[in-house]
Amino acid sequence: MRRTALSALLSHWRRHPLQLVSVLLGLALATALWSGVQAINTEARASYARAAGILAQDRLERLQPADGQRFPQEVYVSLRRAGWAVTPVVEGRVFHDGHGVIVLGVDPLTAPRGAMPGAVRAGGDFATFLGPPGLGYAAPRTIAEMEGAEGLPPLSPAPDMVPGVVMMDVGVAQRLLRAEGQMDRLLLSPDQPKGHAPLETVAPELERHPPQAEVDAAQLSGSFHLNLTAFGFLSFAVGLFIVHSAIGLAFEQRRPLFRTLRALGLPVKTLVGLLAAEVVLLALLAGLAGVGLGYAIAAVLLPDVAASLRGLYGAVVPGSLTLRPEWWLGGLAMALAGALGAAGQSLWRLWRLPLLAPAQPRAWARASARGLARQGALAILLALGALAAGLWGRGIVAGFVLLGAMLLAAALALPGVLALLLAGAERVSRRVLTHWFWADTRQQLPGLSLALMALLLALSANIGVGTMVSSFRLTFTGWLDQRLASEFYATARTREEARALHDWLLPRSDAVLPIWHIEGPVLGQRVEIYGVADHRTYPDHWPILTGEPDLWQSLAKGQGALINEQMWRRGAVKLGDRLTLPGGAGRRIVGVYSDYGNPRGQVIIGVDDLVALYPEVDRRRFAVRIDPARLSALRKDLIREFGLPEDNMIDQARVKEISLKVFERTFAVTAALNVLTMGVAGFAMFTSLLTLSTLRLPQLAPVWALGLTRRRLAWLELLRAALLAVLTMAVALPVGVLLAWVLLTVINVAAFGWRLPMFLFPGDWLWLSGLALLAGALAAAWPAWRLARIAPSGLLKVFADER
Amino acid sequence: MLELCDIEKSYIGGTGRVPVLRGVSLRVGPGETVALTGESGSGKSTLLHLCAGLDLPDAGALCLQGRDISQTDDSTRARLRRGTVGLVFQQFNLIPSLDVAANLAFQARLAGRHDPAWQATLAVRLGLDGLLDRYPEQLSGGQQQRVAIGRTLAAKPALILADEPTGNLDEETGDAVLELMLALVAETGAGLLMVTHSPRLAARLGRRAHLKGGRLD
Amino acid sequence: MNVKTLLLCLIPLPALAQGFAGLGQPAEGYAVPAPGMALEFPRDHGAHPQYRVEWWYVTANLNGPDGTEYGVQWTLFRTALAPQTRPGWDDPQVWMGHAGLTTPSRHFTAQRLGRGGIGQAGVEALPFRAWIDDWHMTGTEAGISTLNLWASGPEFSYDLALRADGPQVLQGDRGYSVKSASGQASYYYSQPFYRAEGTLNLADGPVPVTGQAWLDREWSSQPLGTDQTGWDWLSLHFDTGEKLMAFQLRSAAGPYTSGTWIGPDGSAAPFRDGLLRLTPLETAAVAGRKLPVRWRAELPGRGLDVEITALNAQSWMNTLFPYWEGPVQISGSHGGRGYLEMTGYE
Repeated sequence: MRRTALSALLSHWRRHPLQLVSVLLGLALATALWSGVQAINTEARASYARAAGILAQDRLERLQPADGQRFPQEVYVSLRRAGWAVTPVVEGRVFHDGHGVIVLGVDPLTAPRGAMPGAVRAGGDFATFLGPPGLGYAAPRTIAEMEGAEGLPPLSPAPDMVPGVVMMDVGVAQRLLRAEGQMDRLLLSPDQPKGHAPLETVAPELERHPPQAEVDAAQLSGSFHLNLTAFGFLSFAVGLFIVHSAIGLAFEQRRPLFRTLRALGLPVKTLVGLLAAEVVLLALLAGLAGVGLGYAIAAVLLPDVAASLRGLYGAVVPGSLTLRPEWWLGGLAMALAGALGAAGQSLWRLWRLPLLAPAQPRAWARASARGLARQGALAILLALGALAAGLWGRGIVAGFVLLGAMLLAAALALPGVLALLLAGAERVSRRVLTHWFWADTRQQLPGLSLALMALLLALSANIGVGTMVSSFRLTFTGWLDQRLASEFYATARTREEARALHDWLLPRSDAVLPIWHIEGPVLGQRVEIYGVADHRTYPDHWPILTGEPDLWQSLAKGQGALINEQMWRRGAVKLGDRLTLPGGAGRRIVGVYSDYGNPRGQVIIGVDDLVALYPEVDRRRFAVRIDPARLSALRKDLIREFGLPEDNMIDQARVKEISLKVFERTFAVTAALNVLTMGVAGFAMFTSLLTLSTLRLPQLAPVWALGLTRRRLAWLELLRAALLAVLTMAVALPVGVLLAWVLLTVINVAAFGWRLPMFLFPGDWLWLSGLALLAGALAAAWPAWRLARIAPSGLLKVFADER
Repeated sequence: MLELCDIEKSYIGGTGRVPVLRGVSLRVGPGETVALTGESGSGKSTLLHLCAGLDLPDAGALCLQGRDISQTDDSTRARLRRGTVGLVFQQFNLIPSLDVAANLAFQARLAGRHDPAWQATLAVRLGLDGLLDRYPEQLSGGQQQRVAIGRTLAAKPALILADEPTGNLDEETGDAVLELMLALVAETGAGLLMVTHSPRLAARLGRRAHLKGGRLD
Repeated sequence: MNVKTLLLCLIPLPALAQGFAGLGQPAEGYAVPAPGMALEFPRDHGAHPQYRVEWWYVTANLNGPDGTEYGVQWTLFRTALAPQTRPGWDDPQVWMGHAGLTTPSRHFTAQRLGRGGIGQAGVEALPFRAWIDDWHMTGTEAGISTLNLWASGPEFSYDLALRADGPQVLQGDRGYSVKSASGQASYYYSQPFYRAEGTLNLADGPVPVTGQAWLDREWSSQPLGTDQTGWDWLSLHFDTGEKLMAFQLRSAAGPYTSGTWIGPDGSAAPFRDGLLRLTPLETAAVAGRKLPVRWRAELPGRGLDVEITALNAQSWMNTLFPYWEGPVQISGSHGGRGYLEMTGYE
């Protein structure tokens, strides 16, 4: 019985392969986008963990000066001589051709067992590693990026190294980083010998810190990953619309069969069980395909994500994927949950179906005003929830609640809004065919509303994200022009060279401005502290958001400090507060400036102040104000006079180019996900229209019989779909703009720490409307073509058969 | 007005070509009412559909108001359906998205012959005046068929083609609906070709044509 | 003590192995020991960076207040990645400290690694000072006649004062010690006459101890015979006041034996290959392998026929390059105690 029943149930799919395809494809697409995003996130998290695990730094306590500055290596030797099992680390960045790498100097002899990467432990050339010239271990990709960089020791590939990090002997690193005799921190071995002197007596300048469970990047990029997850979830939801409509249709069409089976004595429990098993089977099939597809998507997108993470947060994530079981299983579980969720309503209805309910498919053909009202009420409730989250919510989670509630409210309200619009059009239409067209379009709404809701979500997301990105781009480029006021940037190799360079540049330029900075803890976070010269370049150009009128004088006098927007919005400080700098000095906050693209806090004080507070500051970098026409000559002279390597000279245009490149890559992923979501929504519309087309015949046949050609009817079908798409676009527009506003003023502030002005781009909307129109027309094209070519007997059956 | 000469029509079935009509000739003049009878599958409906230009014969001439429509294109035939012919089927005659009033007016407006007074008269005569703002799915079968008949008559076609218009109704309702239709057809002076399998109903029409083996007796 | 020991020890560490791969070939710019070169003190107490390997090696047999036997080892190894010194991290001299503390029931091990050039580890001759991290061996008077010794590990530390009551002894031919029939050799001298006194710090608290100690100094650059698989080395204090340094290098072709008989006055009488006979009497399972922990030692010329028994069979040095090193008891023709080192048992 059960087998017979199952084969009868499954035969439906054989006769309706297209429905099967929509269910499978819809679910696969939904799962694919979701699990693709998850794969990216998992990969990133794994690489953060690996980065934290370099040198076992995630497990070892650290010793570091309170001000976060480097300290003499004699302190290290004193600690060793006092019996402390510590190992030195010197760390810094080296830049080459737009790529930065972290240089990690270590001592393989004192590093705790197992802390060195595999390549260094096994088969490595120990004597060569110690140098000179030494040897650097790095991921193969990093080696490729750093090819031709000056000053680096020979690099050897180590596949288990985190990309973007070069590990070398501490002595080699000190020379490379111009930190001879200096250390950044010491790592404490878990096994300390008995009876050594306390830290206070041996090295009072150092403090003991707990292990770094996470790298900075992992904390900073958390909101970026949340963004991706939200996008993945949106796509998943859009995909589920397809599944829901396809499964719902399959259930409706099998009603006569259900009735027959139950009349033949199949208990409803068994029937529901069989159908649930069928859904599970479909979900597993589609889930597998989806996870595979998701892997492909992730593999394609990951390099861009990696670039974004690196550009935004300095977080290094490898550009290649590994398959992880938790991710596979997660994807399958999502597919299963999604399919059961989509089928739940149908199964519930079947459970409660009276034995001899009419076998006619009704649900699709009848507009239920009550259903619309209920949906509308829910939409209003959600909109109120969104409003509440917007008014009283704080932080990124509230932001996403606001977004989710808003989008869902808009989607739920859509059928009602469209129904009202169409009813209005119907009322004012004069001609009989126009009248019928509107009335009939309204009649189609229930069957299409899921697809249209999916389209609405996709369009709104597109408008919202597009507006956000474009606004950001506009602001960012303007900001770059302000911020990069100097025409040329030069970095000397040594302190002596820096002095000579400065003196040499002075008579050959309009101004030579030091760009010196240190890094250290401020307000509990590691920030950069820059010193600026007392020069009109800064008052003229620096992008100040808010501040005291004489802020530059305060800086010059060594009395004030500027902080960037991120710090201002994140930290509990405001204008006029006293800011404690590393080492304990306090400065009053006299201004806030915008600092896009930088996830970290930043402080600016006067350059003399900086040098006084931190005499060890690296003084090798300068900005040069010069007539751009003289730039190339200057560059040549610098090479001739100082032999300065290309990597040490960069002009404004190049910095801008690099910054914009990073910016574009950052949002490449968003754009790609946008397109994919649109694709899924288009597909949802297509399957809905296709499945509706068979149910459409009784509605169209009388009109045809009364004197309309099939071709004309087909054109009207096409027009109807396009029109619905455009109407949806019209609703999506305000929703999208609202979405952009939330992204700019809530999510961005929480995620990145900066607030951006919103700009509107009607040109983009026009283009998107065209796209929506095209999507609607394309989705309707095949069903319409079929209608135009249907044999008259196909239509005539309507009038005679008990279907 | 309607003249069929040696109409042949076959369908492609599972076992090959199945001839349905093998040379049928028939004439229906204005004001004439003809019942088309025959057993199930004898081709009654097929013949009717050909008359309406809904389908094309394989051979033979089919003249509607002196014009051989078997030689015309789809849109010409559609225009003919709109202006000349009125169709009443066994079921699903109505446009589900339009209310009764709009359904009644639909063909008349398509034909450009909308006469509100006449439509109102029809509605009263057909007992539909209280149902004008209802939708087809809210009507009983008899009510639906009365709307279909009213719609046809409202357009004042020259020829009415009906395919078992009361086939889905119980006898009493069916008789009442048919009575009304015949009376109204007589008033408009249109020709009527009605398919029925009931000799009792056929007897109430002016003439009877019986299809057997693809030919008229 | 022999070059071979260190070599065998170093090989299991792949990262370091390359650095010492040069040992497989003749010297590459390293100085090579030559017979007839007179050792000069205090200069030669210090490091010889132009030689590939070198060590300062102290073993001590001690007793607690209740008579409990203890053994202590303190070793500083120097290996040169290049035959020179350079300042700072560039210095090619790499240092390794091993410390052992043996009780009848326990054996503790600690190890330190460090770089020359930055002050973390090194040896200076005048005043004498050898150190790595907090471990040190420091002369308190001229030369090495008095030494303070300190080492610590996670579970133990010790602090000993050594005072020599006899002269230092040149091994082999006035300090030129041949290690194989084919002529490989090292410079080798010892100070076997230390009286030791100090404290062992164990989990249960400090233990005051007294006893005897022995310092070995050796440096070389030369490769060893490829067929030599391991070795057994002894430094013995007899109750008579006499001392014996003896070793055998094992190979398939039979052992190469050598040593020096040291009179109570410090008079040294080296003996040639073939005179000493070492016979394993009993093995024990140690760290997953079998090692002889009771030996018979015969040196007919001196009337020596003794049984040598490990105080603690598990005296395994679980360092980067593991080996067996621990105190032994002597019985038979002579009584006494000393130290045994065994390498190359797989």
